[in-house]
Amino acid sequence: MSDLLIALLRAEKPQAVFGSHNTAGDATILVAREHLVDVMQFLRDDPRCRMEQLIDVTVADYLEYAPELRGQVSPCDADNRFGFTSARLPRFEVVYHLLSLSLNHRLRVKTFAPEDDAVVPSMCDLWIAANWGEREAWDMLGVRFEGHPDLRRILTYPEFKGHPVRKDYPLRGYQPLIPMPELGHYTDQENFR
Amino acid sequence: MTMTPAAADTVRVGEDMILNMGPSHPAMHGTVKMVLTLDGETIKDMDIHIGYLHRGFEKMAEMGTWQQVLPYTDRLNYVSPMINNVGYVMAVEKLWGVEITPRAKYIRMLISELSRLTDHLTSLAAGAMELGGFTPFLYAVEAREYLYPVIEELTGARLTTSYTRIGGVAKDLPDDYERTVMKAIETMRPLVTKLDKLLTKNRIFYDRMIGTGELTREDAISSGCTGIMLRSTGVDWDLRKHQPYLAYDEVDFDVIIGAKGDNYDRYLCRLEELDQTIRIIKQIFKQMPGGPINVGDWNVVLPPKHEVYNSIEGMIAHFKLITDGHQVPAGEAYSAVEGGNGEVGFYIVSQGRGRPYRIHVRAPCFYAMGIMKKLSVGKMLADIIPTFDTLNMIGGEVDR
Repeated sequence: MSDLLIALLRAEKPQAVFGSHNTAGDATILVAREHLVDVMQFLRDDPRCRMEQLIDVTVADYLEYAPELRGQVSPCDADNRFGFTSARLPRFEVVYHLLSLSLNHRLRVKTFAPEDDAVVPSMCDLWIAANWGEREAWDMLGVRFEGHPDLRRILTYPEFKGHPVRKDYPLRGYQPLIPMPELGHYTDQENFR
Repeated sequence: MTMTPAAADTVRVGEDMILNMGPSHPAMHGTVKMVLTLDGETIKDMDIHIGYLHRGFEKMAEMGTWQQVLPYTDRLNYVSPMINNVGYVMAVEKLWGVEITPRAKYIRMLISELSRLTDHLTSLAAGAMELGGFTPFLYAVEAREYLYPVIEELTGARLTTSYTRIGGVAKDLPDDYERTVMKAIETMRPLVTKLDKLLTKNRIFYDRMIGTGELTREDAISSGCTGIMLRSTGVDWDLRKHQPYLAYDEVDFDVIIGAKGDNYDRYLCRLEELDQTIRIIKQIFKQMPGGPINVGDWNVVLPPKHEVYNSIEGMIAHFKLITDGHQVPAGEAYSAVEGGNGEVGFYIVSQGRGRPYRIHVRAPCFYAMGIMKKLSVGKMLADIIPTFDTLNMIGGEVDR
């Protein structure tokens, strides 16, 4: 079943899908972010896919991942036209898990964002679930979702600095406290170290 | 808004009121804050602030070995910890390609279903209490109290179970465990009947629940709602039935679905699922296979203690597994189980170096909370309480 889905996507969107794998039975396609909205729209609306649910959105940070092993997670085709090879993929992978209730199949869609331009298009117009999922992904890993109506931090607080699940986030240190100037408290950060 | 005495004294006619509900509010179990814009008692806008229980599960998980992540998973959905235990190890085994023994499958099913009972009972109990019914709360919590000793006898802990292991489970069932479990269920079941009689046709409870928090099928699907939230809208979807894992295809049970997707439907679905769960538990004991509870491979499961102390191979295997961790190959996998509130998914990435590279938990309540605003805006303030109850947000899971 999952093989059929990959084959279908490769046939229908050859310009967008530049890699796929089926490790552990999870059908996965790699999509260039320029074509992501198009592919997702197709996956949701096409009668052969009918991905009614966006089960999950997350990001993985591959900063410390061994380049020679990257191909096992994200195998690119040899003849790709996007300048990516598995060993030189961008730092961030945005991972979407889709589920079709009516056809009972799943698909993982992955797209890529480099460190200096960590932006991918938002899926909020396609699934309501993208709203909170993308907010969490932004908060934890600092990948922006372009077109998101309300991209605020969700698990941490507005004064928080940095994105804690990034691999280069320091494990020791202090975060700013929530300022409450009207009470005259907590303005002197030094007292709390 | 600054609260000066002058501002508090002024009566403002025709202005919206901003109300902070939570984070410390008796009905906001698990600390969540809702910033409400009210026009009288009608909710005009709502902003949900979660994250008060955020403790960095995903970051912590990257620091230890694969097995050391397991105790953290207890704290995700802390009213059904063993479902999380099962979900996590299943993800690791999926990536690694480990096939567990038939007995381990059945034991994992048993603990999942025991956890589902405690989960649903907690939800029903809290729901009744927050609507003012303290007696049903005591009945449901008492019912739960009969199950916790059973879980404790098996795992050694009431809540922080950490019972599963990669490749199996921690220990075999105690002697005569079937009798212990069935006795607890027989003691517990009349209390559920009492709960049913007290609540289901209770005028006050019914009026608070019926027609409130109504969720349409389209919204439920689009917002990623799973489990009871989805089934209450009439969608026949249960991972145990439609994408069976472990040995759920070998037991017989019904998927309980609702019709309207309101609070009352969700309440009834939970109540009915208790009986289906008991039905599954009975079948599990009837069909429980014998044999080992762990795979025999010492690269996956710690060798038995007499081998560790009496043979060099056992000693080395033990030492390697503890210090280097499980050598899960490089790759990624997503595995989902049907939790108390819906699909609990684990997305894991391995680099093959004995510890996780990235673990992400797909928490069912997180996406359910995402639709909470839509269920509440335009409705009455008091309807938040039953909606929030039947949605059954668990702070440990949402905030991770």
